[in-house]
Amino acid sequence: MTPGQIALRALIVGFIVSFAIITGFAYTTLLERKVLARLQHRVGPNRAGYIPLPRRGGGPERKLLAGFLQPAADAVKLFFKEDMTPGKVDRITYTLAPMITVMPAIILLAVIPWAGEITIFGAEFTPYFAIAPGLNVAVLFLLAITSISVYGVVLAGWASNSKYAILGGIRASAQMISYELALGLTVLIPIMLADSMNLGDIVAAQANGWFVFRQPLAAIVFFIGMMAELQRAPFDLLEAEQELSAGFNVEYSGMRFGMFFMAEYMKMIIFSAIIVVLFFGGYRGPFVDQLPGLGFLYMILKIIFFLFMMIWIRASFPRFRYDQLMGLGWKRLLPISVFNFIIVAVFIVLQEEGVFDSLLKLLGVG
Amino acid sequence: MGSGSVFIVFILMALVSVSAAVMMLLSKNAVHSALWLVLNFTAIAVLYVVLNAPFIAMVQITVYAGAIMVLFLFVIMLLGAEQLQGISGVHGTERYHRAVAFVLVALLVVGFGVVIFNGGTGGGETAVIDASPVALGLRLFEAYVLPFEVTGILLLAAIIGVAVFTRRKKKEA
Repeated sequence: MTPGQIALRALIVGFIVSFAIITGFAYTTLLERKVLARLQHRVGPNRAGYIPLPRRGGGPERKLLAGFLQPAADAVKLFFKEDMTPGKVDRITYTLAPMITVMPAIILLAVIPWAGEITIFGAEFTPYFAIAPGLNVAVLFLLAITSISVYGVVLAGWASNSKYAILGGIRASAQMISYELALGLTVLIPIMLADSMNLGDIVAAQANGWFVFRQPLAAIVFFIGMMAELQRAPFDLLEAEQELSAGFNVEYSGMRFGMFFMAEYMKMIIFSAIIVVLFFGGYRGPFVDQLPGLGFLYMILKIIFFLFMMIWIRASFPRFRYDQLMGLGWKRLLPISVFNFIIVAVFIVLQEEGVFDSLLKLLGVG
Repeated sequence: MGSGSVFIVFILMALVSVSAAVMMLLSKNAVHSALWLVLNFTAIAVLYVVLNAPFIAMVQITVYAGAIMVLFLFVIMLLGAEQLQGISGVHGTERYHRAVAFVLVALLVVGFGVVIFNGGTGGGETAVIDASPVALGLRLFEAYVLPFEVTGILLLAAIIGVAVFTRRKKKEA
């Protein structure tokens, strides 16, 4: 393919994936509200949009899919709310901060593989279906973009010229720096097991067993670090309502507030996709080699599972205290991931040198 | 990419990085300076991609634009040191600043002059090397193992130094 064709294909795939993720964001908010409500013995949003089903023998009609238009109603509300700029903010940074928050969330999409080698309408997607397939530094790309995604929150806090907001921003930067270390070290383990930084190779290496079964500890550490990066409950100290009223976004309103909201949910989806790719087999599943289109389905089902886990955790755990947060990050997750990394590295080298084979021979087994 | 598009990207990124560096020096607000520096680092990362070194580009963004500048911002925000106070006349040292700056600029100009009049840096002669992560790792751990280890020990010494300096002193019995 010529560079022009590659660029055109990336553009088309990027358009599709971005559109899908924006729809996904809208329905993730609904999923969160519905699931949280069920976990708290409530019904949740059920007024905006439903399919009425008549009940046999009269009585009130049943409502199917109650509330499926709620995201649309929310979007309309956010767009029509007054978009205020408080008086003494740093105007340029205040305007840029929501955009800087959303952009990394969308850029992260570029390397996620959504399906294997597939042909759609005569167009072949090799080696896998992604905006930028075959990038040999894809995992590093994810880490790089994650590491700059903290700027939006920090700058929003600083530019608002408000004590609550700046406290939220400072908490955010400290928290993200602390947990990024553990996250970065755990990401190395799938790289070592697959012997590649290409996400397609990492998925392909899990054909005979997901990495979560070979390295459950790494998967757990990654999940915890991921929740901290996402600033989801129980790590949502930067928007602790009781202490900081709303933290970094307290001065924002209208769609600029909506953009922070959007970034949070889009990052939930994308980080779920990342953990699925790194530890849970990506788009792989039964019969995916015969029917590559199933890859999309498996990917989406696995992502929904992790979204559900995150919502469940939010409903179940109280928020960390600040010293507990730092203690967990530096005194537990970081040593665990360092030792895990060393052990895995040593074992891989020993296996490659054939130490285990000779040991087995020595014992008379092999 | 053809060499024409590479040249266009280079010119664009060179303009962005130089103007971001100048704006970093000129802006009166420390947070704005930090942001201009982030833009500069990102533009340089794009230049690395153009130079066929994606690994270095990603590390540049992760380490410089990500970790180091977030720490800078953190410190600036914690100290509340956004606004630059006038430094003129403090302790009467500004004339040394000027003298030192003048000498440094003179050295830079002389250095550029020498390079330009000797016909470039000889960049055309360097061989195109395989810059994939695997090749880079092998090169680092086979050809340059000693410098790599020495750097590691230096960084370790710095970490231990920080730990020693920030440790709370025990009360002397």
